[in-house]
Amino acid sequence: MAVAEVTEAVPTAPLRSNRRRVVRRILHNPLALTGLAVLAIAVILAVFANWLAPHEPTQTHLDRAFAPPGTAGYLLGTDDLGRDVLSRIMFGLRASLHVGVLAVAFSLVVGVPLGLIAGYFRTVDALISRLTDLVLAFPFLILAVGLAAIRGASLGNAAIAIGIAQIPGMIRIVRSETLRIKSLDFVAAAIVEGASDAWVLGRHIFPNAGSAIIVQATVGIPAAILGEAVLSFLGLGIQPPAPSLGTMLADAQQFASRAPWAAVMPGVAIMLLTLAFNIVGDSLRDALDPKASRR
Amino acid sequence: MKPVLAVKDLSVTFRTEDGPLSAVDRVSFEVGDGEVLAVVGESGCGKSVTAMSIAGLLPRTATVNGSVELDGTELIGADKRTLRSIRGREVAYIFQEPMTSLNPVFTVGHQIIEVLRTHIGLNRQAAHARAVELLKLVGIPSAERRVGDYPHQLSGGMRQRVMIAMAVACDPKVLIADEPTTALDVTIQAGILDVLRGLRERLGTSIVLITHDLGVVADLADRVAVMYAGRVVETAEVHDLFAHPEHPYTVGLLGASPAAGRHAESQRLNEIPGLVPVLSEQPDACTFADRCTRAVDTCTSSQPQLTDGPHRVACWNPVRDRVEV
Amino acid sequence: MRRYLLNRLWQSAVTLVLATIVVFAGVRALPGDPALALAGEDRDPESLRAIREQYGLDQSWLVQFWQFVSHAARGDLGQSIRTGTSVRSMIVSALPVTIELSVLAILIASVIGVGTGVIAAVRRGRPAEWAANALALLGLSVPHFWLGLMAILYLSVALGLFPASGFVPFFTNPVANLHHLILPALILGTGLSAVIMRQTRSSMLDALSADYIRTAEAKGLSPKAVVGKHALRNSLIVVVTIVGLQLGALISGAVVTERIFALPGFGKLTVDAVFQRDYPVIQAVVLVTATAYIVINLLVDLLYSVIDPRIRVRGEA
Repeated sequence: MAVAEVTEAVPTAPLRSNRRRVVRRILHNPLALTGLAVLAIAVILAVFANWLAPHEPTQTHLDRAFAPPGTAGYLLGTDDLGRDVLSRIMFGLRASLHVGVLAVAFSLVVGVPLGLIAGYFRTVDALISRLTDLVLAFPFLILAVGLAAIRGASLGNAAIAIGIAQIPGMIRIVRSETLRIKSLDFVAAAIVEGASDAWVLGRHIFPNAGSAIIVQATVGIPAAILGEAVLSFLGLGIQPPAPSLGTMLADAQQFASRAPWAAVMPGVAIMLLTLAFNIVGDSLRDALDPKASRR
Repeated sequence: MKPVLAVKDLSVTFRTEDGPLSAVDRVSFEVGDGEVLAVVGESGCGKSVTAMSIAGLLPRTATVNGSVELDGTELIGADKRTLRSIRGREVAYIFQEPMTSLNPVFTVGHQIIEVLRTHIGLNRQAAHARAVELLKLVGIPSAERRVGDYPHQLSGGMRQRVMIAMAVACDPKVLIADEPTTALDVTIQAGILDVLRGLRERLGTSIVLITHDLGVVADLADRVAVMYAGRVVETAEVHDLFAHPEHPYTVGLLGASPAAGRHAESQRLNEIPGLVPVLSEQPDACTFADRCTRAVDTCTSSQPQLTDGPHRVACWNPVRDRVEV
Repeated sequence: MRRYLLNRLWQSAVTLVLATIVVFAGVRALPGDPALALAGEDRDPESLRAIREQYGLDQSWLVQFWQFVSHAARGDLGQSIRTGTSVRSMIVSALPVTIELSVLAILIASVIGVGTGVIAAVRRGRPAEWAANALALLGLSVPHFWLGLMAILYLSVALGLFPASGFVPFFTNPVANLHHLILPALILGTGLSAVIMRQTRSSMLDALSADYIRTAEAKGLSPKAVVGKHALRNSLIVVVTIVGLQLGALISGAVVTERIFALPGFGKLTVDAVFQRDYPVIQAVVLVTATAYIVINLLVDLLYSVIDPRIRVRGEA
């Protein structure tokens, strides 16, 4: 990916010319394809849950409580209130993906500009470093606790807490990429030629930091999904009776001996979802990393 | 007199994604007691691979055939335990990069002591005393203090001296120095060469000197083996080689060297046209044929073998310009 | 070295001051009248005035901040509005549980992570590496609190191998203490061990291809010394940093783990405080966590410079 030509057309080229190679590498990786397939299924289930779910996720049927998996009409069984576990998982996936994307979008919107600024303008670098140190000093759960105490527990606040917790990582990645790209010849040449800072940042540095940002976002989503599950499990995230994989587990904890499937299935769903994201993220990183082929 | 190290028909092939790659092809040479043999050639000619294969230091992807005899003991095919007991004890190495060849997290003293304790079983105190002694031997000032330094606290030249001290710690029969001065400043190179010369004189260590620097060869070597594309193309006593190179490649190599060659008076480096051929496929031909200005028909149809005698050359049309006495 | 130390201390101090301001401001950002929040159920005007006076809420913000800081510095973190006990004593009794759990988790995760990471690097391209990589990927992806639930369900309840919940202080009965903590620690350490494994593997691969490893081999050292000493020592430097960086995740994880295994630690204190809207406790918990995080990271950095001789000298220069 090292580019050293002093032309204007080149800077955006590496990502673009790499794109085909990256796609090919991923298409030739059976593990990555499996991960993508699982993700596609999860997204379809979540987006079209209204149509695909066999039951209303919040509809209780006390007479059908604790139906084991395989009971007619209830593929994955029911919980203590007779709610369909499969339907709740579908809607839970929707909540998980929602929070995952929202949190990462938040960390991108805040983290990328700050990272670019920190890497490009040395004067504010120290200030931004102190701010990231400050955010790091509040572990994400403590942040979420504080936010829940101030603003109440909700999906949005959970996403914000997770997003804030991911900002330092995003800043660090973008900053180091900015430092690296800034020292490349074509950027130095552009600066010498008198290009404005905004132009250099937007035209040269940001496009070339793109792959690192994409990889960081891809690993951020599964982390955010796990975070949402934790917060909802503790009652600090999505509020019952809205279905979330975390609240399902919290409920199921009470009657896990009687209906273990209600505790097993949502966990498996979270694991498959995060596993798929992590596999895709890993493959993406390997495909984008010129050094990876040697490994 | 029996040679200390006898390499015979040594071949090395690497397994790669694109199929087997031959790096060294039937290389033979001998090193006598206290002798300095220089192996010279361009980068990629297989000289470093040859050096590494002597004590079995090549990665698992390498297949080594032929024979390497150290004082009558066969090393090719020897079991790992035997090889380990020989490395550092009988055959020791010095590498090109003194900046990275020492472990950054241990003191230089510790890294010398480690060899002594592994091979000679000295106790801690004796090993420490010996380490200081060795540092003095290779000319490191205030060795008592330096023994506790970490590699990054020393200059490149000092680190290479430490590498040499480590290599000669157990008084090895053969010292293999792979481009020992290449990474160093010219002013520091001379010091390192002095140390090596001193070792040969004081300890009688045989040295295999791998280099592409003909100045170093002229300075230190007794005999020279010229390698090209995985093969030895010429070997001779050093003065004879410089005065009367017979292989066209050697002629070109000497011409390409600014100081040592006969074309030194012409300021420009005498480049040899063309590139070193890919080693994976070597047909029945002289590998230098397509770059050679003296090539004849036989060169592309048959592979030349080394001649016998003190000055050996593998060429169908060697340069013979010496005045017959 | 001294300059590096001073610089690092200064940075930590700045962060700590900022963190204190954030916590102070956060409490002031609570919805409604803080006195109302602090009073909880008791809405009697007389007691509200008492609370305002007690907490200095009638004073200016600057005075309030000064009082907050000076009280906190003396270890006075106020009283729980639920139980009336001092927050300090609540934290003092909860902290040892969490510290023991976390230390145990770090130890277990380091042993598993470094072990599998080294195996994966040394057995590169063989089934062992594949298995270790798969295990790490699973460890990263599995929700550890769910793993905890499963462990309780199948190992504790069904098989009776471990107690499902509760805690016995170490000095009362060390064996029972470990028996209660080993499973939670293992669960808490899953994510960390996966992270350590991946880092160890990649830094071991870097180390194993380094020139100094070739030197070590050329010296005739045994594979054990080459891998276990020369390569590992260099890789461990990176692993120490990872533990520092993962500390936040570990603290978050401890909160959940304590909740699942009903351990009377810091995490349980936190969650209970949130649900009981026990603001003085929340405030103290957040402050203590932030302080702990900053101090421990400072220690990790100092440890780092002890392990890596290159850092020591860079500071001197």
